[in-house]
Amino acid sequence: MDWTYIQGILMLAGINLIAVLGLSLLTGFTGLFSFGHAGFMAIGAFIGALMTVSPTTTPAGLGLPFFVGVIAGGAAAGIVSYFLGRITLNLKGDYFCIATLGFGEATRLVLNNVQVFGGARGWPGIPYKSTLPAIILVDVLAVIFLANLVKSRHGRNMIAVREEELAAQISGINVFRYKMIALIVSAVYAGVAGVFFAHYMTFLQPKMFSMTKSTELTIIVIFGGLGSISGSVLGALLLTALPEILRAFEIWRLVFYGAAVILIMISRPKGLMGGMELTPAGIRKARMERKARLEALKEMKSGQDGEGSNG
Amino acid sequence: MADILEISHLTKRFGGLAAVNDVSFSVPEGGIVGLIGPNGAGKTTIFNLITGVYSLTEGAVKFKGQSVVGLPPYKIADLGITRTFQNIRLFKNLTVFENVLTACHLSATYNIAESIFRLPRFRKEEKELVAKAEKLLEIMGLTDRRDLVANNLPYGMQRRLEIVRALALDPELLLLDEPAAGMNPDETEHLMKLIVRIRDEFKLSILVIEHHMDLIMGVCEHIVVLNFGLKLAEGGADEVANNPKVIEAYLGTTEEA
Repeated sequence: MDWTYIQGILMLAGINLIAVLGLSLLTGFTGLFSFGHAGFMAIGAFIGALMTVSPTTTPAGLGLPFFVGVIAGGAAAGIVSYFLGRITLNLKGDYFCIATLGFGEATRLVLNNVQVFGGARGWPGIPYKSTLPAIILVDVLAVIFLANLVKSRHGRNMIAVREEELAAQISGINVFRYKMIALIVSAVYAGVAGVFFAHYMTFLQPKMFSMTKSTELTIIVIFGGLGSISGSVLGALLLTALPEILRAFEIWRLVFYGAAVILIMISRPKGLMGGMELTPAGIRKARMERKARLEALKEMKSGQDGEGSNG
Repeated sequence: MADILEISHLTKRFGGLAAVNDVSFSVPEGGIVGLIGPNGAGKTTIFNLITGVYSLTEGAVKFKGQSVVGLPPYKIADLGITRTFQNIRLFKNLTVFENVLTACHLSATYNIAESIFRLPRFRKEEKELVAKAEKLLEIMGLTDRRDLVANNLPYGMQRRLEIVRALALDPELLLLDEPAAGMNPDETEHLMKLIVRIRDEFKLSILVIEHHMDLIMGVCEHIVVLNFGLKLAEGGADEVANNPKVIEAYLGTTEEA
């Protein structure tokens, strides 16, 4: 295994991680499942590439610097998600999920027919701009922004929406608004991931953003543990690298991949981290919760439920 | 005393069924009003209409003289009306402290950019929120259960936590939906004292639905009786308890009709 190969895997894992972090906010913290985030990645990828491709290879290309592509790709995905949210976020539970599935597939089919981007044949000639340091920098920023958002009243409101929507409304939380914020943030993350993906592959084809891709992102979030940022990070790294590690099994590789995911989900039904964070504060919190639970159990066993003592 | 909540000619129809039919009553400022009636009388529906969970068919709901009809639930909560639920609806996987802290959110004003970049206003207000949540837990005697996940709390404490969460919004009107459901007489006794205490300490008005008659007769200054969506009677505890129509609704008649 040479460094270029490992570097390639790390870059793919880092790119997946950007999208997974966004989806973690939507699915893990706000409780909305999406099977269409590959659609936002696609929008980011194609719009981002449109900014950077040189006009000499593609007539529509603008030949602008890479960072403009990143911003434009993220913004485009965010804007599309706003309109998608306006019409779908009032749908209850599973219906929203199905609407996102439709959106993802529709995006892919539309792109298949846009001849400016080469249609279904694909679009070559995108400059190679995604470097490992740039991806790591964006990953770190993405984690910090997400962690700061989650640990604020806005993040807590999103968690309240996940936990109990009606109670959240009665507590003065504008449920629609917070669902919308989560959706837009997740779409922007997916869009940025798409831009990096385009400038890593240097070639784009709509079928790269099929439902399989959306499902893969959602699986990573669930695998890592809903409501855990560290879980999402671990999940993205492990599940992107796993198929590569399993290359030794040749044609059986994806069978082992599926089996491994099933095994882990059976042994840890709440995902790898089960909502816990792998940070000093997160571990402290988990230990305090455990302690409180044990104390409560002890009290109940000793025959007093503590109800009458403090009124 | 002025009325904090005025309900007039409130009607809610689900298809052909009038779950609430032309009901009028009011809650005086600082008062504790009881809402009673047999199952299916429309009590919880009235709560859902006041808090905007359902939209009403006819009538008016005025809070501090201002109509709240047509407002979404979160805005009504923002105005100062909040409630608990008959079937407890806590944020189950969050700790006791997090449940209360989440509900304190309206006391802060920092925006999303300020939270992402951890700007000074975020730090200052977040400290205030934590202090407020801790003080509420202290007053309500839940401090020693601070880190327990809400789902693991004993039943009676879950009910109490729901009240604390409601208080975190600094409401002026608190709606309690069967707060004593599933409690033994001892716990009910505690709850009665608690209801009077929070009314006095937090300067609230309270509207309470309950089936425990000792609680209703013990703490309510005014009682409204519903049956089949209609208002059957209202008045003080003795007045209602001796009203033949109320006795009939609860116990039935002696003669065959």
